[in-house]
Amino acid sequence: MDPGLRRRRARGRFLARLLDMLPSERVFHSADVRFGLIYAALFGISAAALAAFVWWSTAGLLLRQTEAAIDADVLGLTERYNEGGTAAVRDTIQQRLAANLDDDAIYMLVDPAFRPIAGNLDRWPSVPLDDDAFDLEIRRARGLSKVRVRHFDLPGGYQLLVGRDVEVRGQLRGMLQNALLWAAFIAVLLGTVGAWAVRGLFRATLAEISATAMAISAGDLTRRVRVTGQGEEFDLLAETINDMLDRISRLMDGVRQVSNAIAHDLRTPITRARTRLEDAALHATCEADLRAAIERATADLDGVVSVFQALLRIAEIEAGARRSAFVPFDAAPVLADLADLYCAVAEDGGLVLETDIAPEVQLFGDREMIQQAVANLLDNAIKFSPPGGVVRLAARQGPAGIEIGVADQGAGIPKADRARATQRFFRGETARSTPGSGLGLALVQAVATLHGGALALEDNDPGLRAVLRLPVQAERAALPPA
Amino acid sequence: MRILVVEDDKDVAGFVVKGLREAGHVVEHADNGRDGLFLAASEGFDAIVLDRMLPGGVDGLRLLETLRSQGNTTPVLFLSAMAQVDDRVRGLKAGGDDYMTKPFAFAELLARVEALTRRGKGEGPVTKLVVGDLEMDLLSRGVKRAGQKIDLQPREFRLLEFLMRHAGQVVTRTMLLEGVWDYHFDPQTNVIDVHVSRLRQKVDKPFPSSLIHTVRNAGYMLRAEAP
Repeated sequence: MDPGLRRRRARGRFLARLLDMLPSERVFHSADVRFGLIYAALFGISAAALAAFVWWSTAGLLLRQTEAAIDADVLGLTERYNEGGTAAVRDTIQQRLAANLDDDAIYMLVDPAFRPIAGNLDRWPSVPLDDDAFDLEIRRARGLSKVRVRHFDLPGGYQLLVGRDVEVRGQLRGMLQNALLWAAFIAVLLGTVGAWAVRGLFRATLAEISATAMAISAGDLTRRVRVTGQGEEFDLLAETINDMLDRISRLMDGVRQVSNAIAHDLRTPITRARTRLEDAALHATCEADLRAAIERATADLDGVVSVFQALLRIAEIEAGARRSAFVPFDAAPVLADLADLYCAVAEDGGLVLETDIAPEVQLFGDREMIQQAVANLLDNAIKFSPPGGVVRLAARQGPAGIEIGVADQGAGIPKADRARATQRFFRGETARSTPGSGLGLALVQAVATLHGGALALEDNDPGLRAVLRLPVQAERAALPPA
Repeated sequence: MRILVVEDDKDVAGFVVKGLREAGHVVEHADNGRDGLFLAASEGFDAIVLDRMLPGGVDGLRLLETLRSQGNTTPVLFLSAMAQVDDRVRGLKAGGDDYMTKPFAFAELLARVEALTRRGKGEGPVTKLVVGDLEMDLLSRGVKRAGQKIDLQPREFRLLEFLMRHAGQVVTRTMLLEGVWDYHFDPQTNVIDVHVSRLRQKVDKPFPSSLIHTVRNAGYMLRAEAP
């Protein structure tokens, strides 16, 4: 093949590869590349500043020193000339040349016919006479030298040249230039490598977080970002992200628990209803049997519906949408009414319902919710009291807020269970045999929270004292925002 | 009585219509808001059972608001799956007379519809209620049966008053809870049964015949024994 053609093709291939290697638009938009480039730019600027300083303080200094030496010489010669004219200058030049051990001084004094009078140059160099200072190449004893000279017109047509051989200094300058060029090359190399390293570091740090996030979105909620333990900013970020993930996973657990509980608690009555209906369909011998089975199944389904309603009601309260309907009202008659409603039930069960309600209990909230919450507490108290027991409904308004307490003398709730007692569907060991959905206290808790208060479960020795603590009306501003 | 049922779900509508007819009412049915509004506005009904979410561009709230803006005061009972407190409040504000949520027991629906039609008649201020030999003077707040004075607590008085005002009708536990105590939630225990049984001790026990009857799967009814 024609070597020219081959070369051209090779060049074409090389160019194509080069084009491939050129970063695309998208690459410059990625953060890691940007950080790498910023690093390279900062590094380059620092290196250039450093080089400029070195150049100025060495090469520049040499030049300034030469100029200063020439200036000093000229000053001395001028004085001599003023004292003794041309002859004095000639003598001084000869003295100086003799004393110049470095052999770098250049003098030349010529008469109007350009005949040398004194100096260490063999002839007057061909220089333009109108210039003050210039650089010359002069053949001297040790070879061709670079010199810097200044030219003066003396009265009477005499000409004077004063200069310095700068050949050595020039060589020094060249070396410096070389060194700086190499340094620049090394700086570019280091900058590029550094930029890659920074980009890699950045990428590695983010990769850890990104991998964790990806694993989590793929469903592995147990993954966490690794903390290096060096306490730097990335660790702080990692810890923040991990805290957030912990919280999310706790919430998810809560949701899962509630949905499991719903599935479980509703499965039981639905199974019962289904069994009754199927049993009746298969085995009922007369219409009365069928009707009875259907009625009982309907009752079971009503139970399912009531659980749903309670759940929805709690969700509705927790959502806080009703807070806009809050009004100030006196809770004392509301509580007295409830006591009146439940008094008969308590007496029916052989219990005594005592009340100790302050004459005025000013509340800011939703009357219906407070009614329902206290009704739930009374329901529970009556349900779990042994015959002959006393249930006590007390309400008072203290400086710290309003306390509505319902105390019974039943089995109470073991300390270990109290924190969980307000969770949806929680039912204590002692409560399993009694009817109920396990949603009563959850609703009370939701009502308390919505009103900016809290539900406390305390010992009544024996029994349980459930206390609804609500802020006084004046503190309505302290309510959490709806 | 003539009752209009506006409900788009075929099963629910069929069940309600059949039940109301069995109870002796004349029932019309519309399965969308537009037809429902047309029927309600053009024909006279004693009560309307109204779903909230309806096809046809006119939902229950809009239907009722339009009806009320035309001066039509036919009692309306909402029957809706929208069960939140706000939904109920909105329904009543739009001019609804009662609000029931799905799923529902037919006995409850029937009792409430019949209570509505009674309310709709507007008998004017009453000072005395009489059922059989039971008399209630609303001014002096005295109760007598067969000429014999009965002492009642204030709440027992209001309970009996409610039963007497709805004499001959089924009154459900929820209706009593709402009407007598003004509670709009479901207590876990059978508080109403206990109160009714106490009232019976005073009103029925000392006398040869009973006035307060338990209606199975529904509630109670106050009526004089058939002669």
